[in-house]
Amino acid sequence: MQITELTALELGRKIKEKEISVREALDASYQKIEAADGELNSFVTLDKEEAYARADEVQAGIADGSITGPLAGVPTAIKDNICTEGLRTTCSSKILYNFVPTYQAEVIRNMEKAGAVILGKTNMDEFAMGSTTETSAFGPTKNPWNTNHVPGGSSGGSSVAVAAGEAPYALGSDTGGSIRQPSSFCGVVGMKPTYGTVSRYGLIAYGSSLDQIGPIAKDVSDCAAILEMIASHDKKDSTSVARSDYDFTSALVDDVKGLRVGIPSDYLGEGLDDEVRKAVLDAADVLRQKGALVEEFDLSLVEYAIPAYYVIASAEASSNLARFDGVKYGYRSEQYEGLHNMYKKSRSEGFGEEVKRRIMLGSFVLSSGYYDAYYLKALRTKALIKQSFDRAFEKYDVILAPASPSTAPELGKSLSDPLKMYLGDIYTISVNLAGLPGISEPCCLDSQGLPIGVQMIGDCFHEKAIIRAAYAFEQARGRFLTPKITGRDCMADKQKMTKQRNGCPDAAPSGAGEAPTAEIPAGDQCVQNGTDAKEGE
Amino acid sequence: MAKQYETVIGLEVHVELATKTKIFCGCSTAFGAAPNAHTCPVCTGMPGSLPVLNKQVVEYAMAVGLATNCQIHQFCKFDRKNYFYPDNPQNYQISQLYLPICHDGFVEVETSAGTRRIGIHEIHMEEDAGKLIHDEWEDCSLVDYNRSGVPLIEIVSEPDMRSAEEVIAYLEKLRLIIQYLGASDCKLQEGSMRADVNLSVREVGTETFGTRTEMKNLNSFKAIARAIDGERERQIERLEEGKPVIQETRRWDDNKEYSYPMRSKEDAHDYRYFPDPDLVPILISDEWLQEVKDRQPELRTEKLERYKKEFDIPAYDAGIITESKRMADIFEETTALCKKPKKVSNWLMGETLRLLKEENREPETLDFSPANLAKLIELAEAGTINQTVAKEVFEQIFHQDVDPEAYVEEHGLKTVNDEGALRSVVESVIASNPQSVSDYKGGKEKALGFLVGQTMKAMKGKANPAAVNAMLRELLA
Repeated sequence: MQITELTALELGRKIKEKEISVREALDASYQKIEAADGELNSFVTLDKEEAYARADEVQAGIADGSITGPLAGVPTAIKDNICTEGLRTTCSSKILYNFVPTYQAEVIRNMEKAGAVILGKTNMDEFAMGSTTETSAFGPTKNPWNTNHVPGGSSGGSSVAVAAGEAPYALGSDTGGSIRQPSSFCGVVGMKPTYGTVSRYGLIAYGSSLDQIGPIAKDVSDCAAILEMIASHDKKDSTSVARSDYDFTSALVDDVKGLRVGIPSDYLGEGLDDEVRKAVLDAADVLRQKGALVEEFDLSLVEYAIPAYYVIASAEASSNLARFDGVKYGYRSEQYEGLHNMYKKSRSEGFGEEVKRRIMLGSFVLSSGYYDAYYLKALRTKALIKQSFDRAFEKYDVILAPASPSTAPELGKSLSDPLKMYLGDIYTISVNLAGLPGISEPCCLDSQGLPIGVQMIGDCFHEKAIIRAAYAFEQARGRFLTPKITGRDCMADKQKMTKQRNGCPDAAPSGAGEAPTAEIPAGDQCVQNGTDAKEGE
Repeated sequence: MAKQYETVIGLEVHVELATKTKIFCGCSTAFGAAPNAHTCPVCTGMPGSLPVLNKQVVEYAMAVGLATNCQIHQFCKFDRKNYFYPDNPQNYQISQLYLPICHDGFVEVETSAGTRRIGIHEIHMEEDAGKLIHDEWEDCSLVDYNRSGVPLIEIVSEPDMRSAEEVIAYLEKLRLIIQYLGASDCKLQEGSMRADVNLSVREVGTETFGTRTEMKNLNSFKAIARAIDGERERQIERLEEGKPVIQETRRWDDNKEYSYPMRSKEDAHDYRYFPDPDLVPILISDEWLQEVKDRQPELRTEKLERYKKEFDIPAYDAGIITESKRMADIFEETTALCKKPKKVSNWLMGETLRLLKEENREPETLDFSPANLAKLIELAEAGTINQTVAKEVFEQIFHQDVDPEAYVEEHGLKTVNDEGALRSVVESVIASNPQSVSDYKGGKEKALGFLVGQTMKAMKGKANPAAVNAMLRELLA
């Protein structure tokens, strides 16, 4: 088996047993990236030089016993909305095209202690707003199962990097399904932990009350091990929770006897693709055969989740994204007259369509006279949705559901009708509104050869229940397939390989769906900005 | 007959709290550092950074609320106030709108018309902004985030004040309470206390309020008084001319003694307030509230009551001394050491106030130690030094906090109590001033004073004047 086909834990074991060196693991990933990323575009920035330096450090740490842990030396890819000190972090937006953080996100610090080696930063929907990774200012990421299809989003780059074997595992973030949905479209496992489990310090906020960082990996065991590494109580994040138990891998047991599993019948009705419905019900049968008690039930309030989500997330986003104004860092329009014109032009030119749509929506629902009718009502709806889940978890340990109404749509088909795109989040969004943990894992391919994912949802702080259920299903299913990437001549697209640590984007990001109107400032200028930011630590 | 107008005033007072670190991060709040020296990702609004509340801010806010008879919201929240300006790194200010920590309180103030009760609508916590520096020469603007995230409370009064006198009395009262609590130094000049004045006028007897304006940029009590009178005149003049008062924010120019419009209601911001999702609600338990209550220091009114009972000093003196927490502390500590409240009070009311006035200093800046004042009082009481020497030594204590015993010793200032030495000096003074001697003997009492003075001069001030007086009388009898 090739290095890139190994799971993260398998690779970690081989590194520990000195069968494979950390450098060799990096070589394998970078070779794969070089071969495939021209077509897939899963990375925004690569950090090759630093990664090899880090590889030597970690190798030495493993040798002298200062770095232990099952994932020591295993390369990883990080979604580009998680701050990495000294390594460009763009949120796939033109407005942050040259932003180099002066500090490390808490998750990255936890990963450093565990010996992680970062390959680079992955593409995403701009500021995590989107379900297809097409709103990126750095161009869309493509689905490795069929490059005419989207990978899902917003953590599309991370999901594709794992599915295509470019990275053994990756981090994503999930505000309304942004880990689980692309994982299901790409045939990998993605998990959103209970709100407050993983520190948000250093995650560039989209919807602060909903955002949560989580793992994307090849199997459930990897997911549990990654979560164990990144979860912590962080005093720098007021919403971080001190949990009594950070041991997730002990739930990796192939035993679901007596586990109570509920399937919301409201999730199986109109709008759900027949093949997906069949896959979910088949998965339920697998668990039933293993001794789980499976039944359908009415969750209720399902139809209110999407409007409530888009009001709350957009409201928070409109305020969270206010700081991107061209004053302190990031993109500033070259031509402007006075302060307010500078704000207007920098933000008009720097943000893409979808981001602007949500900032406007969010500003509207918070504006005087509308706050009660929209924002407050959405908060009340959120509380009611949480209550209906609370009632469900009195009866069930795990809720089984689709991850998405369909498999990955074709490129270019979603953005033209944003409302329809929003409806695609119906099975994932409630989980964020209620703060619950959810995992998506692949079960089979549809008739087009695209992966179908099934979602398991647990009660707050009951990650172990869903890890156990997902692991048992996985044991029955067996190792999942890997995509045969059918792309054009990847190496022809050489310029992708110039994605450097502090450098400018090779191609001027022009905002998704827009004609490239504004030019990005000249390259030397933004390299200099990057250096400044680093010195300013 | 000319119309009679009444002025209606409400105040928004911002007070910078005396915490060592900022409200949402660990950066220092110290004044006067190099630009951006006290900053971090949180107070510069870097992407991905998150605020964490400083507990001391909540305790100070509670303490001020309790001291101003407020109710405390034991479940309160922070909200974001959204507006774009470069001194505000996130482009929103973290403040409190929906559930401020304190509400519905009052303070009582003494005015020439008697005691007046001024209502407090609410007190809320918020963060300060950075400072913009416009460099005309380089044609650019610079921003210093050292002040960004410094904790503030905003005390919003009810529109209960009717004159500049009441406003000043209210501000003095707030300042005193907050200084007593140690929650802030409340220096108007340095901006640690700032007041915005909301003012309207109406005809006497009218029930409804007139249209109000808000005045900013008021840097001293005197400027506030002038601004109130100036704005009152301006509004009355408009009404007399049949023009309406426009609801707007105005900037007071204290040199020109006139206010100028900054922005009108039409271009008022919609701040799009909403609860900050990065901060969890603050839950103040009954135990925590009680702890803060138990720690409340004695405030001025209670202190005055106690002084009346414990110390035999005039009510007037007690009033002056307790006007400054620092002065009251010195009074009590010194009295505890020397057990002579009247003497301590005399030093504070006399020399201390004189020197403060001479140097244009506030009593809060007093920095000599009560132990040294107590020693000085004892030296004078024991007759070791006389009153003139004592005043000289006090100046040294006031300025350099010297130890009076060491100082007296070092400079040889002790009163000479050697009767033999005194007698020989007095004899020589009598011998060399025959005219005065005969004047005294002829019944001119005043001549004796001259002889005492001559003796003191010859003794370089170190004699006890009473002893000199007695010896002269004895020798000239």
